[in-house]
Amino acid sequence: MSGAAHPLLEIEDLHVRIAGKEVLKGIRLALKAGEVHVVLGQNGIGKSTLAYAIMGHPNYEVTGGRILFEGEDLLALEPDARARKGVFLAFQNPISVPGVTVANFLRTAYQARFHGGPVKAADKTGGSGSGFSVMEFQKRLRAAMTDLKIDPSLATRYLNEGFSGGEKKQMEILQMALLRPRLALMDETDSGLDVDKLATVGQAADRQAREQHMGVLVITHYKRMLNYVRPTHAHLLMDGRLVVSKGPELVDEIDQQGYEKARARYAAA
Amino acid sequence: MLDRAASRIARSPEPALASEAAGIVQDYKFGFHEPERHAFRTGKGLTREVVEQISEQKGEPKWMRDFRLKALEIFWRKPMPNFGGDLAGIDFDNITYYLKPTEGRYRNWDLVPEEIKRTYDRLGIPEDERKFLGGVGAQYDSEVVYHNLKKEWDEKGVIFLSPEEALRRHEDLFREHWGTVIPPADNKFAALNSAVWSGGSFIYVPRGVKVEIPLQAYFRINAKEMGQFERTMIIVDEGAFVHYVEGCTAPVYSADSLHSAVVEIVVKRGGRCRYTTIQNWSTNVYNLVTKRAMAYGDATMEWIDGNLGSKLTMKYPAVYMMEPGARGEILSIAFAGKGQHQDAGAKVVHCAPHTSSLITSKSISKDGGRTSYRGLCKVLDGAEHCKSRVNCDALLLDDRSRSDTYPTIEVDAERVAIEHEASVSKISEEQLFYLMSRGLPEAEAAKMIVTGFIEPLIRELPMEYAVEMNRLIELEMEGSVG
Repeated sequence: MSGAAHPLLEIEDLHVRIAGKEVLKGIRLALKAGEVHVVLGQNGIGKSTLAYAIMGHPNYEVTGGRILFEGEDLLALEPDARARKGVFLAFQNPISVPGVTVANFLRTAYQARFHGGPVKAADKTGGSGSGFSVMEFQKRLRAAMTDLKIDPSLATRYLNEGFSGGEKKQMEILQMALLRPRLALMDETDSGLDVDKLATVGQAADRQAREQHMGVLVITHYKRMLNYVRPTHAHLLMDGRLVVSKGPELVDEIDQQGYEKARARYAAA
Repeated sequence: MLDRAASRIARSPEPALASEAAGIVQDYKFGFHEPERHAFRTGKGLTREVVEQISEQKGEPKWMRDFRLKALEIFWRKPMPNFGGDLAGIDFDNITYYLKPTEGRYRNWDLVPEEIKRTYDRLGIPEDERKFLGGVGAQYDSEVVYHNLKKEWDEKGVIFLSPEEALRRHEDLFREHWGTVIPPADNKFAALNSAVWSGGSFIYVPRGVKVEIPLQAYFRINAKEMGQFERTMIIVDEGAFVHYVEGCTAPVYSADSLHSAVVEIVVKRGGRCRYTTIQNWSTNVYNLVTKRAMAYGDATMEWIDGNLGSKLTMKYPAVYMMEPGARGEILSIAFAGKGQHQDAGAKVVHCAPHTSSLITSKSISKDGGRTSYRGLCKVLDGAEHCKSRVNCDALLLDDRSRSDTYPTIEVDAERVAIEHEASVSKISEEQLFYLMSRGLPEAEAAKMIVTGFIEPLIRELPMEYAVEMNRLIELEMEGSVG
């Protein structure tokens, strides 16, 4: 274990290109376990690009810089290996996979994260080698669903297929609860959630972050989610760079004054 | 990534079908075969004498012998099909048209030869399941060697026999329907089957009788360069129901094999028949099958057709809706790997008003494999107020594979509703990334997407077939991505 010597996440001079266009032009960021960082910025400014690059989406080409996870080069790993190390991305637009039930998907992902990959059918009773227990998984799944006030019938439906915007976001946070990441990237999780669901989801995410001493990177252009998942650090993304990084007071500042004033103050500097 | 179009969609150059087949058969999972032990076999090649010998061996009445000989003349006269796949590799002179494994018939499982039982063991059919499922008509080589019909079906008057035995015991019923749905002149391979047919199933379900447990048959080719020409006839009387299931796996041989079956089904007023096939021939087999059902008033015919194996499959299960209220449903799935061509599809013919049909086709191509959907929707003059819907979805796992759609729609009536929708997609990068971001390695993620894609078919299968099908798909998928 590289452990406490390194921050959980270190981003050094990160440059990312998408479809030939440079979107991130030298991002620097250090995030320790237990910290909640928020990246603020206008729509289409490249906030999601940062999340995708950390997770390893093949269309997001890293042209310079480094991303380290507990001191280890994350860019050398495939997305699935990053996930198994404990990086999690709560998608802004979760993808539907027809024909695959939520229960089947969650079990497979759970096994991949904690038991080095899906077990063979013969092992499904639990035990034999992998250490995977269906009973334990079921227990955790039920608890997490209750916690997030998710209708249990959702488990029998196809993954995100025909889900409402809110159901999709609930499903993301359910996955986060089950997979217990070290670092959670939450990309516009508040969008699509009504006020009540936002409270449920936000409280659950906040509780998980505190209890598991998880590092969190929240990406948003609204303040709503931050009422629940309270940031310790705030960054403003403009023109491909984090133009200012300071304490949570930045959130209120931008909420009250807007992005244009912030641009005038920070981007010019 | 998703390209919705109502017409032909093609990708990548034609794969070299023939030359690649030899390489793949080495990998074939069920590539084993028991020693041959035959009491009688005809020589190679097809002559009048061969057909006469077959008929004589079976002790058939004169009308059947004449039927065979007439069909042989038709076979010789008919040209090869000019559509579908490449049939040039079939050498009709190098095929054994009939062989009979052992004398006698086995009513009791204990009497079935060990060698045959071993074959079933290796196919992974559990002993208790065979017993439980009861009516297992197991075809070993060209003869039905085992038939065990559940007692209650006997009591209800259900007939489940080999066609040979049905001809001996129920000649009138047999002769009334034989060759009426698919006459020998229908196509060259129907003519061939009519001339040299051997084995298969004959099923009759009397009026109002519902057979709740599926009738099952396992088929298998087990002789080098041997043709398999089984014949199945199902008659579902008024208000009756039956589900017939056939699953095939075949051992591997270097020479090309030919499987050419005929399945004829009559569903009378208010009856329902479901016919499920899982085809997994080894990849040297030409699988050319004619399947057709006639559905009468308010009757329903359902074909569920899964094609995984073979070198080339040409198969288009058909439903002719003869009277008002008839319904036809066809669910077709094809999986084509390296060197394989699945030319599968469906035909629905609306011969009467107020009839309806639904075709769902799903195909997967990988490693240069090729799938085609070939469909016909025909509405005859006067067949008004018909409804037909066709959905074709093709999934391509790489750039070398290919999928085509050949839909034919002929409508000669007014006030009909016909819908056709076709899509071809590649495994979506977004889906792959989403699943990988949850810790699934790429191959695992692809497998999950493919299994999900065909889930609508799997859901329709009896449990043990669903499990086997998923297992086969997983085997096919192994090492194909990533």
